[in-house]
Amino acid sequence: MIEQKTIPLDEYTRSPSYWAIVLRRFSRDKVAMFALAIIILLFLVAVFAPYIAPADPLKGSMLRRLRPIGTPGLPLGADELGRDMLSRLIYGARLSLFMGITPVAIAFVIGSSIGIAAGYLGGLFNSLTMRTNDIFYAFPSVLLAIALSGALGAGVTSGLLSLTIVFIPPIARVAESVTTQVRKLDYVEAAKASGANNFTIIRVHVLGNVLGPIFVYSTSLISVSMILAAGLSFLGLGVKPPEPEWGLMLNTLRNAIYVQPWLAALPGVMIFMTSIAFNLVSDGLRSAMDIKS
Amino acid sequence: MSEDTSTRRTHMADAPLLEVREITKFFPIKSGLFGRATNSVRAVDGISFNVLRRETLGIVGESGCGKSTTARLIVDLISPDKGDILFDARRLGTDLTLNELRRNVQMVFQDSYASLNPRLTIEDTIAFGPIIHGVPREYARRLAWELLSKVGLDPKRFAGRYPHEISGGQRQRVNIARALAVKPQIIILDESVSALDKSVEAQVLNLLLDLKKELDLTYIFISHDLNVVKFMADRVIVMYLGEIVEVGPVESIYAETAHPYSRSLLASMPSMDPDHRSEHVALAGDPPNPIIPPSGCRFHPRCPIAIPKCKTEKPLLHIQKTRGHLAACHLTAQQQETF
Amino acid sequence: MTQQPLVKISDLHVLFKGQKNVCAVNGLSLNLLPGQVLGILGESGSGKSVTLKALLRLLPAHKTEIRGLIEVLGRNVMSLNAADLASFRGGIASMIFQDPMLALDPVYTIGDQIAEVVTRHHGLKRRDAMAYALDMLKKVRIPSPERRLKAYPHEISGGMRQRAMIALALAGNPKLLLADEPTTALDASVQMQILLLLRELQKESGMGMIFVTHDIGVAVEICDVVAVMYAGQIVETGTIRDIVKDPKHPYTKGLLAANLHGAERGKRLETIPGSPPLLESAPTSCSFAPRCAYTQAVCRLKAPEAVTISKNITVRCILETNMNS
Repeated sequence: MIEQKTIPLDEYTRSPSYWAIVLRRFSRDKVAMFALAIIILLFLVAVFAPYIAPADPLKGSMLRRLRPIGTPGLPLGADELGRDMLSRLIYGARLSLFMGITPVAIAFVIGSSIGIAAGYLGGLFNSLTMRTNDIFYAFPSVLLAIALSGALGAGVTSGLLSLTIVFIPPIARVAESVTTQVRKLDYVEAAKASGANNFTIIRVHVLGNVLGPIFVYSTSLISVSMILAAGLSFLGLGVKPPEPEWGLMLNTLRNAIYVQPWLAALPGVMIFMTSIAFNLVSDGLRSAMDIKS
Repeated sequence: MSEDTSTRRTHMADAPLLEVREITKFFPIKSGLFGRATNSVRAVDGISFNVLRRETLGIVGESGCGKSTTARLIVDLISPDKGDILFDARRLGTDLTLNELRRNVQMVFQDSYASLNPRLTIEDTIAFGPIIHGVPREYARRLAWELLSKVGLDPKRFAGRYPHEISGGQRQRVNIARALAVKPQIIILDESVSALDKSVEAQVLNLLLDLKKELDLTYIFISHDLNVVKFMADRVIVMYLGEIVEVGPVESIYAETAHPYSRSLLASMPSMDPDHRSEHVALAGDPPNPIIPPSGCRFHPRCPIAIPKCKTEKPLLHIQKTRGHLAACHLTAQQQETF
Repeated sequence: MTQQPLVKISDLHVLFKGQKNVCAVNGLSLNLLPGQVLGILGESGSGKSVTLKALLRLLPAHKTEIRGLIEVLGRNVMSLNAADLASFRGGIASMIFQDPMLALDPVYTIGDQIAEVVTRHHGLKRRDAMAYALDMLKKVRIPSPERRLKAYPHEISGGMRQRAMIALALAGNPKLLLADEPTTALDASVQMQILLLLRELQKESGMGMIFVTHDIGVAVEICDVVAVMYAGQIVETGTIRDIVKDPKHPYTKGLLAANLHGAERGKRLETIPGSPPLLESAPTSCSFAPRCAYTQAVCRLKAPEAVTISKNITVRCILETNMNS
């Protein structure tokens, strides 16, 4: 019957997919595009640091200690050990971005998996995972990060690990709530009624509808992660000196705040700018994804 | 497909295609940290009925009467506490798998938008069912196209579109096509036309009539709109607070209404005559709480003709004048006895 | 001799601006006499709710462009200042909605909400306002009103919530009640209860009422006159009897046929094909022409004028224009 009535499958109106529409809307958001440009620029700076940086970020000189911004040969001055600030800020982008994004990315994968499973399966599994999740909520994220880092010892890896642990619960919570909403929708019921198994339903009908909101939420955590990572370094729990990292730089320069306030503020400005940029991109994504016809 | 219809015809015409036996579902009301059940909503309370091959069985009742829960119980979207579902004389769980049942009994929901995945194109949505049942992708896509033209949507215009781009009536056509895609014998229409504008509703009703004839379908048509049910159904079930209070051929339900609840429902319909507007309330109050249903006949607190017995003793379904017409009311039962 | 109309709308246009413009109302004119019940009958997207909202100035100002005249009791609604608008809403005109759960504030008791309106419009003290609120609840026949006064919206049933919303709307003694599909979400038996209640309250107070609905059956039960809307315009106006017994406009005829009243079981229905226009630009020809069985070449060229057939009946269709010229 079907073979007899062959309809040519070419030449038909195909609407742009959801993500194509989101991308188009996002690209029209001037603020978000500007923020995205900043982030891309920071990435390029981080990647090409050796080619851009005018000096060795680790090489200090007692003679140049705390030179102000604008000193000839030292466009952004020098830090308390006489190291070139501009070069340190450029190299600092590497670790700072890495510490901001990596924990969130790992937590995104783990947290979404936990949350989606809990939200879709519901029942006892949901109660157990989400109540366990809630225990982490009892601690303020800063304290939790400090406590974990303290227990694991200083260093990049332990900082990374403790931040990841800090971000899993909030992401899982968001994933669970979005999934619970989607699970109750009729199209999931209809898919069940068609005889699809849970795995297929999650793959085809749930993921596409929940990953977007979870992703947006996670991008907004990147700024938090950067600030927490900076905080850990500041306390001496994250990156160890003499590695250039913005948070650590802020720490080591804190004594100079009375002598060279502008110089001491520079790493803070970088952290602030980057986290704002990530937040703006996240906001832009959120509104671009909110398609209500 | 032609194979299917020929095997269908070999069956006895009057054997029920679907049997629902003593099906019960109480929803526990959870409270506290670990959600201990403190009480329960008696959504469906031990109802039984048959669906005959090629008929349209209407289910009517007010909100909370359990009609939608019944629909979901039939295809096991909600698991029943008790009771059996038999399709084609095969019992679900013993000689019938859930997958077989679901392939034969499909559902169309009320909310045309919520029942379509917003991230899938219309052809992908329709092809989803066949694909998971092992139909090759390209073949499933052709099937989707064919079904789209069958439900009155030009595949060239609609196949590649997303649900938010089309109107409510068109979406409901897509939902019907999706239900048809796995070649079911029964389609449960759960308030499927209720959310549509009247003119669109009429179009979809026409489509349902055409499809039924063309594909030899059986419908379970659930609605709160008595006009629509009167137009579509061959037999009607009237539900009240999780129980069947009356069942019978549509003509006798509407003309020789036996249960006082059904009578009040019919009297609550707008008159459509400006010279004879409704002058009094046919049924006072709201439907009572299904958590603690009234004793005896559940309708007795609102019943205009209740007698003391109604409060204490639960009426069973009794045979009425017309064949196949049953009602659960002490008073009509008494009348029958005096005949 | 001619009464001053309670509501006078002439040549109202409402345009929603956005990524895509929507011309929701396109040149709507209507009059409502005091004590009259006017039904606006139309399908979703016909502009019926938008018209009501424009009347109370509830449309978001920065996204809508409203042209035309709206007068209530001779006062131009569009030029009211903030203070006048506050006393106008609730005091002269008030509105009831389809979903009382959204119209009632979940954090205040029913009594508090009604008392608040009473205090605002009648300047009563709290105790007196509460007594007034109790009277209102009795008026809308809420069972055990003393108890409901202290109840929160979620604690009462759907039908009772609708009654509470009516009490809230009528607390300021308005001259005009705007009803936006107040019975659509209700069960048939409760719907009839609410319709009878509204009919009674309207007769008692003599207020004017505009009742928006998509259901002819509901309109029959409550309206004196009916305006049928399509694509942001009124295509036919007449008494409810005229509309039901002798519809003139092809769209009205189609709507009536789709109502299923008296339809023969299982027999295909006469339907209006297609779907309503998207109204991305204001219509320049008859909006119904693409779906109409009687379309002529003229219909696609220019918009038909409204033709007054008799004292009460006005139709916007070329067939009537031709017949009457």
